[in-house]
Amino acid sequence: MNLKEVLTIIEGRIISSEVDLGTDVSMACGADLMSDVLSFTHAGTLLLTGLTNPQVVRTAEMAGIAAIVFVRGKLPPQETVSLAESKGVALLASKYTMYETCGRLYRAGLPSCGLFEPVARRWQEAFENAPDIETFRRGS
Amino acid sequence: MRRSALEITKSQELVYELKIGQVMTREVVTVAADTPMSQLKEILRVQRISGAPVLQDGRLIGVISIEDLIKTLEAGRIESTVSESMTTVVETVFDDESVIQAVNKFALRGFGRLPVVSRDGKLVGIITQGDIVRGLLQQLDVEYHEEEIHRYRASHIFEDIESDQTGLLLRYKVLPRDFVHGGEASSKLKRALERLGADAQTIRRAGIATYEAETNLIIHTVSGGEIIAEIRPERIKVTAIDDGPGIDDTDKAMEPGFSTAPDWIREMGFGAGMGLSNIAVCADQMRLSSKAGSGTRLEMSFHLQGGERVRTR
Repeated sequence: MNLKEVLTIIEGRIISSEVDLGTDVSMACGADLMSDVLSFTHAGTLLLTGLTNPQVVRTAEMAGIAAIVFVRGKLPPQETVSLAESKGVALLASKYTMYETCGRLYRAGLPSCGLFEPVARRWQEAFENAPDIETFRRGS
Repeated sequence: MRRSALEITKSQELVYELKIGQVMTREVVTVAADTPMSQLKEILRVQRISGAPVLQDGRLIGVISIEDLIKTLEAGRIESTVSESMTTVVETVFDDESVIQAVNKFALRGFGRLPVVSRDGKLVGIITQGDIVRGLLQQLDVEYHEEEIHRYRASHIFEDIESDQTGLLLRYKVLPRDFVHGGEASSKLKRALERLGADAQTIRRAGIATYEAETNLIIHTVSGGEIIAEIRPERIKVTAIDDGPGIDDTDKAMEPGFSTAPDWIREMGFGAGMGLSNIAVCADQMRLSSKAGSGTRLEMSFHLQGGERVRTR
């Protein structure tokens, strides 16, 4: 999915100058926690967030995020826009909530970044090997 | 794809950096004030130009264009002189002004060309929109090649310098609570690794881990710290050191979700207690040593893989 399609689906606006609408994004991540963005994304991800400080762009730069969508109609300060322009990170905005913006894109076929190995491992340790879950399953 | 966006922004920067004198045409065809319009017609035709500055005793007194010529022809006054039909209120630009000045004048007034004068009033050239486009493209080309040369030189550093073990040491200072510059050390390290020709996956892992470590230095340290990257052909080792306050229980600090970060950091989307565990995931090896009351030392290693390692051939 390219950024032009993203804009149409979320009824969004372009925030930074000279955005290449042909840029492809192959998956998306919705997060207000930059640590999550650093942990649970791949290069070429579209980031949806409610935070607008310049560190969002730094995070995007380090994680290889292709573009950022600010949700809930939040607009970033000039310092964020300037940093994004100098780093070649496209900035877009959506008036919809995080849930709706993500939902619209997911429904249109833009997938998530998938399940990450450390998470899957923790999940398995917490639930799938635990006897009470087995009991629960048998009972249902 | 992202490069084009970057370069367009770069060209916007360039219209401020480049001086008019760098892009203007220096060989200007000028005409004297007493030149007959019939002769001007020949000059424009032979030189294939659509206008010319008019000089009197070496000073710019007007501009005559093909439109002025057509008007004289219509009026049947082809034997009149240039000074009778020229535009006398001449908009000029200075050769030491930024190209943006000319761009603005073209946009506002719809001129096709602007005479360029030096600060002492002498005509030194002429500038058209074509000159600007050509100048910008040339400069972009020069800068692109410079980056290519940087990349080429950097990627050969391990071949060019012989020793039993060559390493490159990069040190970055990180100030406490300086979120304005937060991430600059990681950003610079990332760029260095790109120039050295490291593979994209390793650059991303090292970049993210270093950024997490840099964020920790900003959030938690009393007087900041240092990030030291040692790059060798087969691996990158990044060390983050500080002199306090130190960590009480390093095992607990490693647990996902454990955090001692203040609220203002959390409001910026950091300090959720995921940093160290994320570093553990990104790095091939990690060692955290600390003592409460003294300092903390975090070592992270990243192996550069097979054919994708920093070039050694």
